[in-house]
Amino acid sequence: MCTTCGCSDGALPTLTDPETGETVGIGAAHDHHHHAHEHNHAHDHHHDHAHSHPHAGHEHGHAHVHATAHGTTVALEAEVLAKNNRLAERNRGWFEGRNILALNLVSSPGAGKTTLLERTLMELSDELPISVVEGDQATVNDAERIRATGARVVQINTGTGCHLEADMLARGLRTLNPPMNSVLMIENVGNLVCPALFDLGERCKVAILSVTEGEDKPIKYPHMFRAAEVMILNKIDLLPHVQFDVARCIEHARQINPDIRVFQVSAVTGEGLVDWYAWLRQQVAAGTQAQVAP
Amino acid sequence: MHELGITRNIVSIVAEHAGDRRVKRVALEIGRLSAVMPDAIRFCFDVCSKDTPLEGAELEIHEIPGRGRCLECGAELELNEPFGRCECGSVRIECIGGEELKIKEMEVY
Repeated sequence: MCTTCGCSDGALPTLTDPETGETVGIGAAHDHHHHAHEHNHAHDHHHDHAHSHPHAGHEHGHAHVHATAHGTTVALEAEVLAKNNRLAERNRGWFEGRNILALNLVSSPGAGKTTLLERTLMELSDELPISVVEGDQATVNDAERIRATGARVVQINTGTGCHLEADMLARGLRTLNPPMNSVLMIENVGNLVCPALFDLGERCKVAILSVTEGEDKPIKYPHMFRAAEVMILNKIDLLPHVQFDVARCIEHARQINPDIRVFQVSAVTGEGLVDWYAWLRQQVAAGTQAQVAP
Repeated sequence: MHELGITRNIVSIVAEHAGDRRVKRVALEIGRLSAVMPDAIRFCFDVCSKDTPLEGAELEIHEIPGRGRCLECGAELELNEPFGRCECGSVRIECIGGEELKIKEMEVY
């Protein structure tokens, strides 16, 4: 087990291509651990060396005491998420160059992301090429469901991680190789907290909320609903059976994000999906126009 | 618990800058609207800094209050959450402070 982060070997991020059945490790976090470890080792070595020569050892000890009393302050001004943001911008440029509409789908577990995707793929694949990156902590179940629709998909398993990061997506894209002028659906790990912080390079986040959840979820998880450009209210076929005030839910969402676009759909009955599809077509067309323009 | 990954990032960035010097103190700026809990970072820091040049370093966290500017009337207001309502009634608030997640400085031996 890794002593720094507590992760076990089996918990590292992996990438699976269900078409070939091949799974590869994409554990960046573990590489970093090794780096830090080597670093410390070098320090110890230096110290031992100084000790073997009494004179040098004395000088070293003196300098050490001096430094303890007057530590040197070094200004860093470093953004903690800078590395992820930089990699996300690279992904974004890659999408723009290929005119790929990349959407980051986020929700709680069980809101119906995969079902919505399955239906969207089946009904739009004739006119819009859509490929999928599936993110889950474990299993390739969702990738298998997507693959059954005939769409190209790769599965990223984050292991202990609770969200996808830009480097994992970049790695997934290399295997997936989505075509030019297409749509990429990134199904993030079911979680309404962490994915809000990690830009993947997507065109926008699409938050999916189902009517079997609380109508106050937008204000309970404001970071996510503020970061999202679209909210899909799913499972509206169940409205007669649950206590869920749609108007109140939308009001909550707009309190946090006045410009959020809302689609009310049922991925099972198909109700309302025509508006979601129209929005997707419109986004792809806007991307094509931007490419044509100088 | 994204704070574990974030703390790992912090340790990695500081260790890189520290080179072969040991780190005495690390100062962070964490905004109240950043969705990162300072207590969770403190909790993770001891674990993440073990066997690195940051082991035993003092962790200083400066919390930055949330500030917003109304996009309708331009008034500034305090924000305790990443949304709010201006006195003019508008909910179109731009966040101008409190989203920081930054390593301010380090002190090395």
